[in-house]
Amino acid sequence: MKELTIDATLENIEKVTAFVDEQLEAIDCPMKAQMQIDIAIDELFGNIVHYAYKPETGPATVRIEVKEAPISVIITFIDNGKQYDPLAKADPDTTLSAEERDIGGLGIYMVKKSMDEISYEYRNGQNILCIKKNI
Amino acid sequence: MTIEKNLEETKLTLKLDGRLDTTTAPMLEDEIKASIAGVQKLELDFGGLAYLSSAGLRVLLGAQKIMNQQGKMIIRNVNDTIMEVFELTGFSKILTVE
Repeated sequence: MKELTIDATLENIEKVTAFVDEQLEAIDCPMKAQMQIDIAIDELFGNIVHYAYKPETGPATVRIEVKEAPISVIITFIDNGKQYDPLAKADPDTTLSAEERDIGGLGIYMVKKSMDEISYEYRNGQNILCIKKNI
Repeated sequence: MTIEKNLEETKLTLKLDGRLDTTTAPMLEDEIKASIAGVQKLELDFGGLAYLSSAGLRVLLGAQKIMNQQGKMIIRNVNDTIMEVFELTGFSKILTVE
């Protein structure tokens, strides 16, 4: 298990991505799964940047664990900000035209669809969002 | 991400290289805002783009809405990961991918 605690700022999304990619490369993660995980980081860490501490900033922890048989990666995002369950949001209507389309909820929807498991809990004042991807 | 811009009369081509995500999407949004006036054909070349997140989708939707009013928007050289994102989100029905 490895983890990184860092300020939840826009500039740090890249550092979090690099931190996770380094672990994924160490287990020869296929490129497609790596890109899906990178997208998930952008959505989930991006959510923390935009909502958790507004208008202040605060820290977030990203933890990565690798499980064997079958090989899977579990990534946990933790912040101490406002309670926020992104999974509570209804899935967007993906059949609407450009004019009717609202972009809200699309990011978390993509993460739900591309990961094998996703869970959220609020415990001891912390938002804990966990994703699992089978490699 | 880098953006290579080519404007020939009313045709604007933007070639993207890198990742279109929360950090870089505002760069594309600004470039489109600054260059879109009078453009009848907007071509986005995704040949060098690894992936995009919902922040990128938001900018593409905005550009598509503008081009629905004043011309045509085409996206070229889309890789499998990005095509899957378009299909999953229903964007494949909104955008023109060639």
